[in-house]
Formats: sequence, C-alpha cells, structure tokens
Amino acid sequence: MKNASFKQSRRDFLANSVAATGGLAIGMHIPSAVAQKTGVLEGAEVNIWVVVNPDESVVIRYARSEMGQGSMTSAPQLVAEELDVDWRKVRIEYADTNRHVRLKRAWGDMATVGSRTIRTSQDYLRKGGAAARMMLVSAAAQQWGVPPGECTAAGGVITHAASRRRTTYGKVAAAAAKLDPPKDIALKDPKDWKIAGKSLRRIDIPASVNGAQRYGVDTQLPGMVYAAITKSPVFGGKVKSFDDSRVKTRRGIIKVMTVEGDAVAVVADNWWRAKEALKDVQVDWDTGANGGVSSTSLLEFFKAGLAAPEAALLPNRKGDAEKAIAGASKVLEAEYFTPFLAHAPMEPLGATVHIQQGGRVDVWASTQSGEAMLAGVANVLGVPTDNVYFHKTQAGGGFGRRSFPDFARQAALIARSMPVGTPVKLLWSREEDMQQDNYRPLAMYRLKAGIDASGHVVAWTTRIASGSLAAQLLNLPLKNGVDGPATEGFAEFPYEVPNQRHEYIQRRTHVPIGFWRTVGWSQSPFAREGFIDELARAAGRDPYELRREMLKDEKRPLGVLDAAAKAAGWGRPLPKGVFRGIATTEPYGSFTAAVVELSVDGKGGVKLHRVVQAIDCGYAVNPDNIVAQIEGSSVWALTAAMWGEITVKDGRIEQGNFDTYRLLRMREMPKVEVVIAPTGGFWGGVGEPGQAPFIPAMTNAILAATGKPVRSLPLKNQGFTLV
Amino acid sequence: MIKLNINGRQREVDVEPEMPLLWVLRDVLDMKGTKFGCGIAQCGACTVHINGEPVRSCSFPVSAAEGQRVTTIEGISRNSNHPVQVAWVEHQVPQCGYCQSGQIMAAVALLRKKPNPTDADIDSAMTNICRCGTYARIRKAIHAAARTNRGAAKAAKA
Repeated sequence: MKNASFKQSRRDFLANSVAATGGLAIGMHIPSAVAQKTGVLEGAEVNIWVVVNPDESVVIRYARSEMGQGSMTSAPQLVAEELDVDWRKVRIEYADTNRHVRLKRAWGDMATVGSRTIRTSQDYLRKGGAAARMMLVSAAAQQWGVPPGECTAAGGVITHAASRRRTTYGKVAAAAAKLDPPKDIALKDPKDWKIAGKSLRRIDIPASVNGAQRYGVDTQLPGMVYAAITKSPVFGGKVKSFDDSRVKTRRGIIKVMTVEGDAVAVVADNWWRAKEALKDVQVDWDTGANGGVSSTSLLEFFKAGLAAPEAALLPNRKGDAEKAIAGASKVLEAEYFTPFLAHAPMEPLGATVHIQQGGRVDVWASTQSGEAMLAGVANVLGVPTDNVYFHKTQAGGGFGRRSFPDFARQAALIARSMPVGTPVKLLWSREEDMQQDNYRPLAMYRLKAGIDASGHVVAWTTRIASGSLAAQLLNLPLKNGVDGPATEGFAEFPYEVPNQRHEYIQRRTHVPIGFWRTVGWSQSPFAREGFIDELARAAGRDPYELRREMLKDEKRPLGVLDAAAKAAGWGRPLPKGVFRGIATTEPYGSFTAAVVELSVDGKGGVKLHRVVQAIDCGYAVNPDNIVAQIEGSSVWALTAAMWGEITVKDGRIEQGNFDTYRLLRMREMPKVEVVIAPTGGFWGGVGEPGQAPFIPAMTNAILAATGKPVRSLPLKNQGFTLV
Repeated sequence: MIKLNINGRQREVDVEPEMPLLWVLRDVLDMKGTKFGCGIAQCGACTVHINGEPVRSCSFPVSAAEGQRVTTIEGISRNSNHPVQVAWVEHQVPQCGYCQSGQIMAAVALLRKKPNPTDADIDSAMTNICRCGTYARIRKAIHAAARTNRGAAKAAKA
C-alpha cells in the first residue's frame, strides 16, 4: 500500500472505529472476544491486519465469518505466527465490511464458503503478519540507528543483541505505521511454527458457554420493531391479495405488508405477536405454473435426463469407453439417487436494518458473506454501498445458506416502509427457513463399467443429471454445458481407467438450489465410491485393494486411503456380524478417506460400531479444530444418510420443522476417530472434506453386510433404521 | 402484570399470559442467552430451568412460570465458572455455539439429578439438537464436569 492510500485508509479506519463505539452506545452488544475495538482508538494500525496498542495488546483483523468452523482463530494464528507476537496478547476483530468495499476489497475475499478461508488466504495472511513485523523492526532499528537486519523480534519484543537494546511493539508501533510496507517478504518454514500448527483454544468459545455470544438474531436497538414473514409456499408465486382484518387491532400489531411482491410480513412490537398474527392473515397466492410440481414429476424429469441422447461431455475423456464395455467380460450398470436437502442452521435466518435520516443504513445479520449482505441491501434500497454499514456477528451455523442476502433484502424493504429511524428486526420462523431455503440439488447418476477377465476395471461411463448452481443460482454461463459443483468427484476422477467418459446434463427446477455443505462432494461420492465397491464385488476383489490398484500414481489419495485403512486395521478380523466399508475422496484441496464398521440386524437396524476418518490437508493449522470439523462433518453426513430428504408436493416443500426433517441427536452419535495425516506442500480445506467419504464408507459397509448395494438415499426409505 | 423470579431477581412484565417464556426473556427482558431454534420444543436451544428442571421455554407460557424459580444460562454462574461451563471450554465443545446455552442447561440439570451419569443417562437426558455435531465433545465434557463435582465433594468431606 502506498502512502496516499494508506492515509486514506487510516482516516476511514478512525471514522469506523468511532462508528463502532457509537454502535455500542446505542445498545448493540459486541461479543467479548471482539469488544476490544474501544482500545483500538489509541492503537497504531501497522497495516490492515495488525493494530498494536500502547499496552502491547495486539488486534488481528479477521475478514471472513465465524459460523463454527473455527477459522476466526486459525486464520489469525497464521498472522500471529509471522508477526512473532505473544498469542495471549492477541485480540481478534472483524474487518469492517464498509471500509473493505471502499478500499476496493483490501482484505481480500470475505466470502466464507468452499472451505476456503485458510487455503485461499494463507499467503496474504502470513505476509500481512510478516510485513507488520518487518515494519515494527525497521522502526526500532531507525530509532537506534542500526541496520534492521541486526535486530530480532520475538513475542512482541525487538532486540538488538550487539548493543543489548530492547524495545516492544507497543513503543514503536506509531512510528512503524508511518513506514512504507516492505516489498520482499520471506515467510517461515512451517516446521518452525510456534503459534500456527498448534491446537490453540478457539477465541470465540468462552462467550458461547455463558450466553454472552451475540448472533445476528440477538440484535436489539432502542425503538426497534419486529417482523415475521411468509413467502409464497410455491416457489415463484406472488401475493394476489391478503386480508388482515382479524389481526389489525390486536395488541402490538403495527402493520401488515407485502414484501417484494411475493411475501407478506407482519410488523409488531414483539416478534411472537408478529408471528402469531401472521398465522391469521389470509393470503391469496398466485402460485403460477409450478403448483403442479411434485417429487414424482421431478423424478421423471431427472430420469429423462439420464436417458437423453445428448449431454455435455467432461474434458477428462479417455480411450473409447463404449467399445471397451462391449468387449468386457463383465458389465455393471447402476443408477444412484440423492435428494434435495435443507441447510437448517440452528440460528434461523434474520436481519436487523436501521435506516437513518441522512441516508446511513446499518445492517446486523449472521452471514457467510459481509460483502454480499452490504451489496444486497444497497441494491434493494437503491443507495450507494458507501452508505451501508454491515455489522458482522457470530453466525449460528451457515453451511452455505448464509452466502445470499435474500432475508436482509426483505428486512431492508420493511425498514424503508417504516418511519425513518425505526430499526426493524426480521426473523424467519423455522418453517420459513425450511420451506424457503435454497436446497442441495437433487441429483441422479447413471454409471456403467466393464471389468476384464483378470478383474481389472477397463471402462467407465458416468451420466450426471442435476441442477446447475452456476446457471440457476449464480446466472453464470456454463462452460461447454458443464456445471462445476454438480460434477465434483467425476471431473477430477482420480481412478486409473483406460477408457472413461463422464457427462453432465442440467436439470433446472422451480425449487431453488444452493450450496449445501460439501456441495457436489456431499453426493457424488455416494455414487462413485459406491459403484467402486459394486465393481470390486463383481470382480471378487477387496474394495481397498481395488482402489489401491486404480489409484496407483495418485500419491495423495492413495496416502490418505492407506492412512484410514491402517488406522482402522483393514483386513483384520472383525467380530461376527460386523462389516467394514471404505471410501476415498479429494474435496476442496484436501484428501479424505473413511472406514465405517457396522452391523445390520434382521429388521434393517444399522448399528455403527466405529468410524475412522483420515484427512490430508497439507498443513494442519489448528489440529484440534480439524478434529472438531471432521467429527461435525461425520454427524452432518450420517444425518443426511439416514433421514435427509426434502420432498415436493403441489409445488411446495412438505417438510416444515425438526419433527419432519430429522436431525441426529446424542443417542445416535457414533464414535469417530480422526487421523490427521498432513503431508505438507499444499493447503487444503477442512470445514467440508470430512463429509465426503463418510456416506459411501457407510453404504459400502451395508453392501458388505447385506450383499445388496444401496443406491438411493436416505436410508430410512430403503428400510433401514439407526440402532 | 406477571411477576417472575429470574435468576433470583424479581421482574414484572406486562404481556399476554400465553406468550412463551422464551419471547419474554428475549424480546421483553433483553436476555439473549436463551435461543430460539424451532418454536415447537424439538431442538432444545431455548432450554431454561423451572425450579431446577429443564424446560423448553419456546413452548412454556409465561403465566406458568409465575411463582416459580426461572434460571437461564446467564444465571448458572457469575464468572463462567460452573463445572459444566469449565468443562465445555476445556473440551472445546462449541462450534457455532448457538445451541450450547440449551445444551449446558440440559447438562446442568442432568448432573444435579445424576451426579455420575452413565453414557445411557447422557443419551436419554441430552436430547437437544446440535447441527454442528458436537455430541462427542458434549459427552466428554459432561463426564469431566461430573469428575470435577466428585473431586469437590471429596474435598468438602476431607
């Protein structure tokens, strides 16, 4: 950053800090972990990542969101490592979204998606910390009149050994902040890490055990009113009219209104009053052409996609699969099905919007993308993004749902309809959350393969029929007709098969689709890895050994597969009635493999005896957090495997709450052992990859136990229960 | 006016008797530690204690709380030093944290009734939903808090 822009940024920074303390004064609670903003005013902003206070405490900025994945701790660990600071003196705060946008995205990517926080920002985070350290050292060296190269820094203390002089970051920070940032920045070898690579405790956890943690829906401002909302239950429908005569005079009801033409909201002085009144507002919906869509009609549409003569070809075609299948000694064909799924984060969606006289707009919400929230609100209100101040809070789960600002747009429109200066908190009911989601796409897979006389897989074809997140959600053109997320697992097909052809055909639904934790990798491995086991069985081969043979030159997938198999004791005898399944995957820059041990009783009761998960994520920045993410991913996957399905009737979603969309509970939790096997040299994701191999490892164990392949999810529809 | 005893403090609220306790806590009294998750007593994010018993406050009318002792997450300790809270931090239980107020309230009630819970006791008492999947750590933390309590009891005897 050059001096001119730096001055600009510093002014903005101070202005925002004042704004932030102003926010405190009007009653917004800030979580204790990030409440140090008040101290920031006296501190020196060495660069956008690092602020050093005179009392030697250090503020490290965090630009993404925290929704439980732990990177609000692990990302600053990378900054702190290079900064050479005492971690106990570090406080972490969110980078300001408004300033970020005005500084042309100074903090890089704010979107907290795709298990990307560490893997796509590690370079600039480490350089940010290192640059700040170099500037602090240079400032000390200048004061002493010695070359910076003769000085060392450790734990926030700078030393010039030759003259036995010492100073601290706090004493030189103001001078350091005036220096030009260094051009050549050398980073530490990860094997020398002291802060990164350690299982440091998460900074947000203390506030999560005493009720102090503040989520978006906890926002409370003086004079605030509350809104409950219901959108057209048939997607794409509109409000024709509504009758609010039964609720208008009820206690606390302020108004009933249409929002964006497709939703009706009740505004009241208390959310419960608004929600209760909404039940008694009669809405006449224009459901349009989609009122006839059902899960049955959707299934036919997807099946037609599998059978269609033409589909888009993925670029990894090899040999002549059709010819090789014709000449194979055994041919297998199978269709796999994975349903729509809802995100259902524990914190329901909601946003608080405060439009002030003079045009300033403040927004509080739990989000995965501060930038998307800011832009979404600015767009719907028709105001410049400079006027919008987005206040990031801890998010009560996200899992892909919170990347989009639909609920904040609604809140902004309701706020605009109120007298200027009235803060509005919109909160969705659980039913609204379940029925107005953007769902994990429904997908079907047709797989066909040929095995030669000696049991080698010589040909493989794939046809994927699924929604396109790129085309349908993001309005992006498809490259040669292929959707990226839908083809995950096949586009990077790791198995050595001399003849292979993989195809994709888009199925556009009126049901909105979205990124759901682990995205395509949450469903394609069920088909890919399930079919590998079907092939192994047909060829009379051990499924682990067959994978090893087919992964022969794929060092990392093979390595993580071996790590899981070794930890599980693959090949060792099991108690009578217990069977193993194995699977391996390559999601989001990492490599994950799982082994599941289970038994199946005569009534289809599945009992999980043991789960072993292995991950190679290159570098393990906070090992205990990686373990937590894989434990959680296992729960996520097991829930989807057993019970997860969103179904459609008369154009609308049939599920509404946790009584009809079952989630795993304590008594169903299996033992999960996690093997972290980082091989270094690359940076892989952590938040999602643990889910990818779990379901196929489990269904492959069911195949081993029952002799019958599982080709459709959830398992409850195939006669299975969880014991 | 409905008179309530919340965390040892007397409060008076002017609300409909059928308003669920959850919304009185959250929207009327600005006590945000108790969470809304489902509204139908399924998930347990809203768990509070009525006379020490865990109750799902989203489905508990405020009128029924009159004359009872209500305890929320804010009331179980002064400095986050309840053995359950300490164990939760020690075992790094929470991920997003949203359900954890309710999980902790359920665990505190369990340990009061069963100071040495078995895994089966934990299974039947801990029915709250955690979408992040922190169950294994919740179990470990409950056992750890039980050990701390046993240690404290032993020390008190000695």
